[in-house]
This record gives sequence, C-alpha cells and structure tokens, in this order.
Amino acid sequence: MSFTFRHLLGTEALTRDEITFLLNQSRAFQGIQKQPLKKLATLRGKSAVLAFFETSTRTRISFGTAAARLGADTMNLQAESSSTQKGESLMDTVRTLEAMKPDVIVIRHAASGAPHFVAERLGIPVINAGDGVHEHPTQGLLDALTISDRLGRMDGLDVTIVGDILHSRVARSDIHVLSKFGCRITLCGPAMWLPPEIVQIAPNVRLEPRLDPALRGAQVVMVLRVQTERLQEPALPADEYIRLYQMTPERLALARPDALLMHPGPMIRGLEIDPAVADSPQSCVLEQVTNGVAVRMALLYLLTGGAPSGAAAG
Amino acid sequence: MPAREKTQLLNAAQTGRTIERLGHEIVEKTGEKHGIALIGIRRRGVPLAQRLAQTIRAATGAEAPIGILDITLYRDDLSLVAAHPVVQSTDIPFSVDGRDLILVDDVLFTGRTIRAAMNGLFDLGRPRRILLCVLVDRGHRELPIEATYVGRRVDTRPEDMVEVHLREIDGEDGVLLERAP
Amino acid sequence: MLLIHNGRVLDPSRNFDGPADVLIEGERIARVGPKIEAPGAERLDASGLVVAPGFIDLHCHLREPGNDPAETIESGTRAAARGGFTAVCCMPNTQPVNDNASVTRFILDRAAAVASVRVWPIGAASKGSAGEGLAEIAGMKDAGIVAVTDDGKPIATAKLLRQVMEYTRPLDLPVIEHSEDASLFAGGVMREGPTSVRLGLRGIPAATEAICVARDVQICALTGARLHVAHMSAKDSLDLVREAKRRGLTVTCEVTPHHFTLTGEDVVYDARYKMNPPLASRADREALLAGLADGSVDAIATDHAPHTQASKEVEFDRAPFGITGFETALGLALEALVHSGRLPLARLVELFTSGPARVLGKTRRIAEGEPADLTLFSTEHRWTFRAAESASKSRNTPFDGRSFRGGPMATIVAGRVVWRR
Repeated sequence: MSFTFRHLLGTEALTRDEITFLLNQSRAFQGIQKQPLKKLATLRGKSAVLAFFETSTRTRISFGTAAARLGADTMNLQAESSSTQKGESLMDTVRTLEAMKPDVIVIRHAASGAPHFVAERLGIPVINAGDGVHEHPTQGLLDALTISDRLGRMDGLDVTIVGDILHSRVARSDIHVLSKFGCRITLCGPAMWLPPEIVQIAPNVRLEPRLDPALRGAQVVMVLRVQTERLQEPALPADEYIRLYQMTPERLALARPDALLMHPGPMIRGLEIDPAVADSPQSCVLEQVTNGVAVRMALLYLLTGGAPSGAAAG
Repeated sequence: MPAREKTQLLNAAQTGRTIERLGHEIVEKTGEKHGIALIGIRRRGVPLAQRLAQTIRAATGAEAPIGILDITLYRDDLSLVAAHPVVQSTDIPFSVDGRDLILVDDVLFTGRTIRAAMNGLFDLGRPRRILLCVLVDRGHRELPIEATYVGRRVDTRPEDMVEVHLREIDGEDGVLLERAP
Repeated sequence: MLLIHNGRVLDPSRNFDGPADVLIEGERIARVGPKIEAPGAERLDASGLVVAPGFIDLHCHLREPGNDPAETIESGTRAAARGGFTAVCCMPNTQPVNDNASVTRFILDRAAAVASVRVWPIGAASKGSAGEGLAEIAGMKDAGIVAVTDDGKPIATAKLLRQVMEYTRPLDLPVIEHSEDASLFAGGVMREGPTSVRLGLRGIPAATEAICVARDVQICALTGARLHVAHMSAKDSLDLVREAKRRGLTVTCEVTPHHFTLTGEDVVYDARYKMNPPLASRADREALLAGLADGSVDAIATDHAPHTQASKEVEFDRAPFGITGFETALGLALEALVHSGRLPLARLVELFTSGPARVLGKTRRIAEGEPADLTLFSTEHRWTFRAAESASKSRNTPFDGRSFRGGPMATIVAGRVVWRR
C-alpha cells in the first residue's frame, strides 16, 4: 500500500495497516542512521519549516536532524522569536508561512487543533509535532516502533502508562496507536488526572490510580513526565507524586521481568523516574530518540512527495 | 489506444541459460578472487544476484556474499513522480570498504538507476571496485555508464518497454519486448 | 391601513388558533375577525402562513455603543427582522457598559433612528458589570430598560445578588442571571466530556451552571424577586428551576436554539462551535426539549453574539465565545420541536411571544388596540440559510448552509412591514 494522506495531524484516524506501513517505512530510515554517511540527497531542494510555538528542544532537533539527513533545508520559526508574542494571530503566521513556500510544515503549538487550523487553510503538507494536549503523533509512532523492535511484536500487549494522563498528548497518541493492535492499556496516575471519559476514546483502556496493581503483568511501562509548565491549576506537591508514582526498580519489578521501560523525555531524574531505572537494560529511552529521527525522516519523505489524494491523517 | 505488440526475446530456457552463462563469465573474469560480493538492485536484481551466486558456488565452491540495495532514496526523479514511492530496506550484511562489488540489475537503460545505486554504495563505505552485470542492455544511455557483463543486447526505441520476468517474482522466466505503436 | 388576510391567526395568549384577518391602522391593531372588508387598505396575502403575535428575543448582543465592527443596532435589528423578531432585548456588555441612563438613552435614540425592530435595552446590575457596587438601576428604568443583568458573567457574589434583587423588586424589573461558577469554568472552552478529552480541549463541567443556579434560586427565595435564568443549558439547572416554580418562586428561564439542536459531540476544531454556555450533553438536550414541551422553560432566546471573522478564525482556545442566531432561530425551533412532534405549534408560538413577554411583565396579543407587531411564518416553506446573505455583519454560526422546512416570511413592527422574504 502507499500513504495517501496529505497531512499527519494525529494517529486517531490511522488504521492498523497504515500504522504498520509507516513503521515499515521508518525501518528503512533506521538503516540509514547506522551508515557511516547518514546524509541523503533525497529531499535536496525541498524545504521544511519547523514552526515551534511551544518551547521544545528535543523534538525540534529531532525533526531538524531528520530533514538534514534527507538533504532538505530547514527554516526555524520559534515562539520566542516569532511575532506571536506580540499578539500576531495564528492566521497571520499561517500567511507568512505560506509566503515562505515550504514543501512541508512541522508545527508544535500550545493550542489543541492548531495544526488542523493550518492544514485546512494552506495547500502545504502539515506534520503535527504536538498540539496542546491533543496528540503527538510522531511520538506515538516512534513508541510503537520501539516496542515492535524490542519485543518482535505489538499485538495484544499489556501496556501501562503512568503520569498526568489528562494533560498528556503523548498518552493519547500512544493509546490510539497501540489499541489498534489489540493492546490492553492501563492508565495510572493521580485520580484527578485520570478523566473517566478517556476510556471511551479507544477500546481496551482502563483506569487504575494505584501504581502497584497498574504495573502487574505489564509488558511495557511508559512513564510520562510531570508537566509543570502546562498546569493552570493547583499542582500536586512533588513529594506526593514521588511517594506514590515515582518509577523505582522495586516498582518496575512488579511488571513482567522483561518489561520495557519507556519515557518520551525529557526526564526529570528523581521526580517521575529513579535514575537506576532510567539507565537499566530495560530502558528504551535512547532507542526512542533514534527511532524518533527515523520516523520523522519517513514522514518527511512520504509527505513531501508530489500530490497524493488529499486526505488528512488524524 | 492500439494494443502494444509483445515479442518474446528470450523464453524460460534461454533466460536461465543466459543467467548461468553470466555466472560463468564472472567466475572467468574475476578468477577465484577473494572478496567479490554481489549487490542485487531491488527488485529483480535480487533474484538475479542469488542465481549468479549459485552458479559461482557450483563452479568454484566459494560463497559470494549477497547484499540487497534499494535505490528509492537515491533516485533523481522523485520530484517528478506523483507520490513518493514506498521505500524498501537495503540489507548489505557486510562492509563494502575495500571490496570488489558486482552490481546486478535486470535491465540497463538510461543508466540513472546505476548512478543512484553507486551513490547508495558510497554512502555505506568505499568499495575498491564496482563492476556492473545486467541481464539486458537496451541502449539509450543518458549517463556515461557501461556494464561489464551483459546477458543480451537489445535494440529498442526509447518509448518501447522491456520486461524481464523471473520465476522467483513472476512465476516464470522470460524477457519480453513491448513495442510502442 | 394594512389588511393581513387569509392567514391562520395563532394567538396562544387568547387560546385562538384559526383562520382570521387582521386589520392594522397606524401602529395598532384595529380589528381581528373572519373576512374583514377594508376597501383602500394595503393588502398582504397570508395564505398558507401562520400569523402570530410579534416574536420577542429576550437575549441578544447588538454591540452598540462600542464601534465594534461585528455588529451595530442597525445591522443587528435588520437580522432580527429577518428572523421574524419584532422586539429584541439587548445586553448591556457594550463599550461603555449600559449601566446608567445616558447610555440607555443613547441606545434608544439610536434604535429610533435606524432600528428595524423594537429595541428594549437590558441594563447592567452592577456598575460596569464589575460586580462591586450597584449600577444606576432606577435611572435606567426611567430611561427604559426592561431588566438588569451582568450577562457575560454571573452577578459576582451572593451578597451583591441579594442587594440587586432587593433593589429591583419595587422597580418591578426581572434580574437575568448568566449562571456560572468562575472557578469551575476557569479556562474552559467546551463542555467537559468524551469529546473534550478526545480533542484535548479544556472542559467545563455541567455543575458549573447548576451550582450558580442553585445560588440564584436561594437568593430569589430570600428576596422574593423575579429571577430569569439566561441561556440555560443543563438538566440539573432545569431541575432546580422546576423545583423553584413548584415552590411558588418567580423563576423563569430561556433556552437557545443551539442548545436544543446541537450537543458537545458536535464540536470540532472550529470556533463556530464555541459558545458560552457550551454545547452540552445528549441527556441535557433531551431534558431541555422535554422542558420546552412541558412548560418548565418559558422562552426561546437566541443569545445572538456576533463576532468578526478575524476574531473567530483563530485556534479554538483563543476564540471568543458566541454565535449569531436571529435568522436561524425559528427554523431550528420548528425542526427540533414541531416537525419532530415534541410540542404543538401553539406552544412554539408561546415560547417566542407570550412566554418572553411574561418574563418582562408585558403582554403579547393579537387583539384590538394592541401594538401592531406581528410575525408571519410558514411551517412548510423550504429554504437554506446562508451566512453570507445574513443581514448581520457577522458570519459566526455553525448553521451556515443548513436547510430548513419552515421559517419566517414577514415581520411587521408598529404596523409597518419591516421585512418580507
């Protein structure tokens, strides 16, 4: 099959076959990363705008690396240096972007739905690099690739995601991707951050506010970071969070002995994760980063190719 | 649109014999040189390379390692195609540094595929030498590229089509020429 | 003289529903009866149409005074006329806020000069609607307001609400409450539920409205004032209003067409679906429909809230709340309430006429001597609403392109036909 989407706005609308296709394409780019010469000329002459309206060093660098390895040019638009601080509307930024005539736009924004806004108005492919608390589709895909490579499969796995689920776009994307492979997903965290309605967004999702029962039998444990910058409400004291939810070796041992430990980064060692766990053989954190570049290369490659049929994924 | 005429240039038996003859030619010209490896260009270059390796093994007892090369990302015409084509994996389980390589493909035409293949190989390392082996050379080169080992030379017009069938992919062997009207 | 003949006169206040002619002289109704002879009168053939008392909209935003490109009294009332409304109550959250007699007079003078329909201003309850001290309510009453509110927000504290209610009681003004708990609302952009979680948009729980309605009802009981709950959206709020009515309190409420038509599940990343109170759950909509039918809901009001294209065409989070509503109100009401069989046509007319009139302490009738305000509408005429053709200056509506069966056909205010399809 081929990828006929014009944009990647989310993983909710992707079918299992489409996800499998994307992961397979990503594997081809994993190979490139192991070569001595990692740079291709495939997208030479093409340009990508990295429009990051929310601070993010890691994802921006990942996309920048992906573009550079494909030989594409990148233009960086950062919130601190763009006019959005002065009150310029998203619409005007959109028009500016269009005038720059990029071949693809990668956008991260604090407002859920911002990539959809841009995609609806521009004739240019848009990749969502994280919108508000809605989705972070490339993270969902790179997590799936990591799991698939480490365990050799993705079907029917028991996955536990720990953290502030309510405000996590990573959690939502992971839920959408993994549920399509029949995974049983347990969401764990402080009860006020476990919205009951989230079990309706995909099949086989359950909530469990207590960490120990949530971890039992898990083959994949995903630890989310505590998002101090997104909270507009009374925060949970750090000591409470550490006492109840920090991933320690003892707690990780409650999961399957070969369980994968994953984290989207950046980690705050000593808060949501014990350093011993972060550096253990079960930790896939570094592979997640490498796979992130591969997934993003695959998407840049697929979406900058001429004019596919025009639907939006997500 | 009037139907294009298809002529069979080589039947199954002839195709098989040609491939075998190529294998022997390789053995003859390279001797029992240690270090020769075959690189099959996806898609049909791959079974071709495998059969060549079989012939080499039968003739010399030596195992010629086989690598698989996907040239999609090295094509120079990506901006002209509708949607970017699916990328298959490149799988070369040995280092190309200092190696004598034989690139294997089914049809040599403009030479652009081979140019892309060479770019791909040089991204992996620094081969000592690259030779080219093709089943069919149909002329109309657009780049200064020639094959050392050629199964059959065919006179074609640029708008004609040459189809190579291999039993591993198409069920049976054969080479067909489709003349444009 | 204007003779409206061949129509079906439907006047719920007098329980009248049947063929009749209406003769208008000057600004008043001269006669109502079968087959009126009126040689020399201008004639308006109302065959196939319902002739109802002039519709009243209890809740709208005309954005004037204020130099707001989104709307003016002139454009807003023209849109109201196209919606069949003969009188509209405009909210005080203008620039400046209508919190004293001179602003009230400005609005009325402007309306007298350019408005297509009657404009009945609603005054602010607190100065600047800032929730600190009382506004100049008595002064505004003399100038012509018909109610007070701090709409856009609830009246800030229970204590202030009590003062407002006690103060307005002898002035005989209803207190209209935009019921909402600020801390639960904080930062929310749509109703909390499966859709808000899926879309990653901050949710507003249903309790936000009901908590404040409960407060308002308690203070109403304490003071004996007239409380009107604006744009009620939740089942729990309706239950509280029903209970208050049962206790004999003067509590009334209104529901907007979008709240009985759409739900939170309809929300997408398009700010034309963003309004306050937000689109609610299916259970809420069901309860509102039942309340409209059984009389617990007193009126349909539009909460027409125009916004410029530029201000709405932003990320959902940043967009202002509100949609336009004059021109689609009757079409949506016919669809959801009458064609669906939920309630009889007479009840629908009540919700647009005698219901809102009663909230304001007025009457709305088709009878000799009454003001000649009439709404002529069809229950069958098929038409499509196109925002681009609206008389409003704004286009922010989720109903653009929607087809209707039935809608307004002519609007008569003070004896003049101010609009005809």
